[in-house]
Amino acid sequence: MQNIPCPFCGPRDEVEFRCGGQSHITRPNPSSAPDAEWAAYLYVRENPKGWSFERWHHSFGCRQWFNVVRNTVTHEIRQVYAMTDPKPEGVHS
Amino acid sequence: MSHRLPKGGRIDRNRPLDFVYDGKRYSGFAGDTLASALLANGVATVGRSFKYHRPRGVMAAGCEEPNAIVQLERGARTEPNLKATQVPLYQGLYAQAVNCWPNARWDVLGFLQWFKPVMPAGFYYKTFMQPSWHWYERAIRAAAGLGTSPLEADPDRYDQCHASCDVLVVGAGPAGLAAALAAGRAGARVILLDDKEEIGGSLLYEPGGEATAWLARAAADLRSLPNVALQTRTTAFGYYDHNHVQALQQLHQDGPVKDRAPRQRLLKIRAAEVVLATGAIERPLVFPNNDRPGVMLVDAARHYLHRYAVVPGRRIVVATTHDSAYQAAIELRQAGVTIEAVVDGRAVAEASVVQQARSLGIPVILGVAPTDVFGAHGVTGVEIHAITPDGSAVQGSGRHFTADSLLMCGGWNPAVHLFSQSGGGLRYDEAALSFVPSRSVQRERSVGAAAGDFGDLKTVLAQAEAAGGAAAAARPPGAAATTTRPALKPLWEVDVSPLGRSTIKSWCDYLSDVTSSDLKLAVRENFRSVEHVKRYTTNGMAADQGKTSNVNAIGIVGRALNVPPGEVGTTKFRPPFDPVSFGAIAGRNVGVFYQPCRRLPTHDRQLELGAVMEDFGRWLRPAYYPKAGEREHEAIAREVCSARTAVSLMDASPLGKILVQGPDAADFLHRMYVNNIRSLKPGFCRYGLMLGEDGIVLDDGIVSRLDERTFLVGTTSGKAERIAEWFEEWLQCEWVELDVIVEPVTTQWATMTLAGPKAREVLQRLGTSIDLSATAFPHMALRSGLLDEVPVRIVRVSFSGELSYEISVPFNYGLALWDALLAAGTESGIAPIGVETLMTLRIEKGFLHVGSDTDGMTLPQDIGFSEIMNKKPDDFVGRRSAHCPEGKRADRRQLVGLEIEGGTALKVGAHIVGNDYSRPPYRSQGWVTSSIFSPTLHRPVAMAMVQSGRERMGQQVRVFDGGTLITATIINPTVYDPSGERIHG
Repeated sequence: MQNIPCPFCGPRDEVEFRCGGQSHITRPNPSSAPDAEWAAYLYVRENPKGWSFERWHHSFGCRQWFNVVRNTVTHEIRQVYAMTDPKPEGVHS
Repeated sequence: MSHRLPKGGRIDRNRPLDFVYDGKRYSGFAGDTLASALLANGVATVGRSFKYHRPRGVMAAGCEEPNAIVQLERGARTEPNLKATQVPLYQGLYAQAVNCWPNARWDVLGFLQWFKPVMPAGFYYKTFMQPSWHWYERAIRAAAGLGTSPLEADPDRYDQCHASCDVLVVGAGPAGLAAALAAGRAGARVILLDDKEEIGGSLLYEPGGEATAWLARAAADLRSLPNVALQTRTTAFGYYDHNHVQALQQLHQDGPVKDRAPRQRLLKIRAAEVVLATGAIERPLVFPNNDRPGVMLVDAARHYLHRYAVVPGRRIVVATTHDSAYQAAIELRQAGVTIEAVVDGRAVAEASVVQQARSLGIPVILGVAPTDVFGAHGVTGVEIHAITPDGSAVQGSGRHFTADSLLMCGGWNPAVHLFSQSGGGLRYDEAALSFVPSRSVQRERSVGAAAGDFGDLKTVLAQAEAAGGAAAAARPPGAAATTTRPALKPLWEVDVSPLGRSTIKSWCDYLSDVTSSDLKLAVRENFRSVEHVKRYTTNGMAADQGKTSNVNAIGIVGRALNVPPGEVGTTKFRPPFDPVSFGAIAGRNVGVFYQPCRRLPTHDRQLELGAVMEDFGRWLRPAYYPKAGEREHEAIAREVCSARTAVSLMDASPLGKILVQGPDAADFLHRMYVNNIRSLKPGFCRYGLMLGEDGIVLDDGIVSRLDERTFLVGTTSGKAERIAEWFEEWLQCEWVELDVIVEPVTTQWATMTLAGPKAREVLQRLGTSIDLSATAFPHMALRSGLLDEVPVRIVRVSFSGELSYEISVPFNYGLALWDALLAAGTESGIAPIGVETLMTLRIEKGFLHVGSDTDGMTLPQDIGFSEIMNKKPDDFVGRRSAHCPEGKRADRRQLVGLEIEGGTALKVGAHIVGNDYSRPPYRSQGWVTSSIFSPTLHRPVAMAMVQSGRERMGQQVRVFDGGTLITATIINPTVYDPSGERIHG
């Protein structure tokens, strides 16, 4: 049961949230993107052993989305930032 | 010769208790455990081992007990596989040994132990195979297993509790108490847990002196600190992410629970810092027949002596490789027991406690170890041999002792279970001869024996205090202290092969019934990873999870592989540390509380009307309303008739409603729907379809425009929250520039559906401020107004195919609206209809139902939305994927109707085959998705997804229905009122 630090509500139990998977995925132009790019957008995801840049949704709370930098091995949460912020640099230490 | 001493112990001799074990009556005292009471009564054989049905006796005093496994009580409250060492004695206790018949002493399957040579580890992969293993499986399964599950519902209640603190201390022995007191005095909020009734841990059975005085002071100090919460009888069993620790608290263990008080409580604790003071567990020595009743761990004997005034025998041999055993020998001697000898596997033992033992006249023999034990149901003798430094018995050095008890100490293992669960790394310590915490991953630190610190009390207390203070100050744990102590030579097992004997009876895991020979067999068969050896032999896999066997097994495997124990490594530690009842895990979420189910605003009225209520999408709704003597299909036929000829009423409040509002609301919905939303005018509604980004049909529903910037989105009943979340995801993650708010409002509005040719006249009779004439209020329009003084919104939509009004009022007026409509409709022949009837009506109309007629592969063009998509130039979610190559195939399955020959309705899921079908294998051309016997048309009606269905209108096919072939014709699915006259009435 992880403890997720919602930037609006504070640290809450994992059960209040839904993990939205990999963050910073740009939706390609649906009318011009080639098939391979569109398929990757739908189905291809990173699976890191280590730092993961994820989006989380506080479904049973403020219902807001936010970004989290989380380690998939130790489950340490290093950083939380807004949904619209860019991917932070140099977290890989 | 009684095993209970005349004085001493922490039992209450003024409260004698009677109990029954294995069919015999015994007595004990308040404060006893079942195990201590059985020992006091001289009961040697308390159980039978798992595989070989060997007689076994009490071996330990705590949660590590592997032999005394009992079934407690009978009937609804029976509990299997409890350890007698953890069952407090109470008046009238009833218990039985498991895995034996008729009792532990006289088990009919006892002969199995003689078959050990043909039943080694993994025997079931090799023996009992001809002619087929199925022949033997049933008998083997019946012979294996421990205890029986209760067959009646558990009448007890279980609580759960969330707690948070600054510092969680697990274990209230000396180190835990010191840490908790230091943290508490520093002002931190502390929770201190201990699995016993009294705090003190190992100090509870130190006889008098400094230790007892310290304990008394510590207990008093603890009580005086309001920021320290003590929970006894609480076992922390799981260490999870981010310092989340779960513990099980026994609230009521002495017999039936009174007044529905909870029996157990599950604590879910989130701690900023954790201190693990879980102590250490003694491990057995491995030698032949080390599992006989009467062979016990040394520390357990001390425990029974001081806490329960029970001695394991009167002529005791103590076998050890550790100084700690000598203290026990001294204390037993002082209690009046004869110590035949202390046999020590080490060549040198010069600690002061050894000198003290010698000076009391206790014979001490060095460089020897036990090599056999005699007595099937109680020790009668012990044989020892001299051993070489690497543990081999020396031929010709045998000596025999007459004894009635053998105590053994093979060393100590720090209880690192919770530490390892937290993700921490272990290290094998040459001085401690066991695995100790080495690298923390979470904010926790270990103190005392749990950290491998077996030093003197003063040093342990000082270090624990420092750790407690650091935790209170939220200082992260530093590197674990490494004390340099001389390395010791471990004695993992007494090697009796020089005596010409096998190790087939040298037990390592008592509960799984695994011997040293099994472990060595696994290595010979090339299982070299410790995880493989564990699973092949099942060592460490029983309910005790190897508390007394894992490290010995690692040592034995290491010797066989010629590899140090640190390189063999430990197997993965997983929660729970000790078994947890399902009751505690379920808590109060049982029965009606298992899953919440929503109620209609008219719930009570539905029950009064005799509705058959069912769970539809986690709403409790009427399925149908049977009149006296009516069966389900008769009630549905009558309700359908009312809807088609008079007027029907249904509580449609569960239909999902989402408010979408803002300057960009129309644009946003235009992107979310397949349909053109921008062209929808205020005061009108449209049947809309939504897709996932992968093009697959997600949901359908009526979307209404209230004004320029306000929409009400209708979804399938019970799906409003999911669709609202879907909207939020797009607005917050992708189109952040859009100015829109989204709010699920399903339960703000109660909605009643009035449908039938007489619906208008009923509504007019009710009286509203709205003009209900056909020209003023056409189909698919929306009107707002007042019903008396209550705000009302009416939408003309129809799922039944009749003239239909969905009337919405604020939720709390729902019941009054229902009553008013029912009264106003009486003279028009109004009848309430259920969900089953609605489904029948919609299938007659050929209206699709997402999830019944669509599945995880349905694209919009399959259900007739090609034209709408082609007319809309703009992008919408799912458009791109709907037109993927697969989506463009001409032979996709399409939604059609079926005209069926004969009078029987088809089964949903029946496959469509062509006229060229003769027998399987044959490629299916689709399947039936909805099917009824239509009471209106008096014939079966079905909808199906059929390959190229729309091109095959009028074509004859056959339907493979449960082995029978039925002829059918592909038709348009709308069989009732195809022109839609009645809807537009």
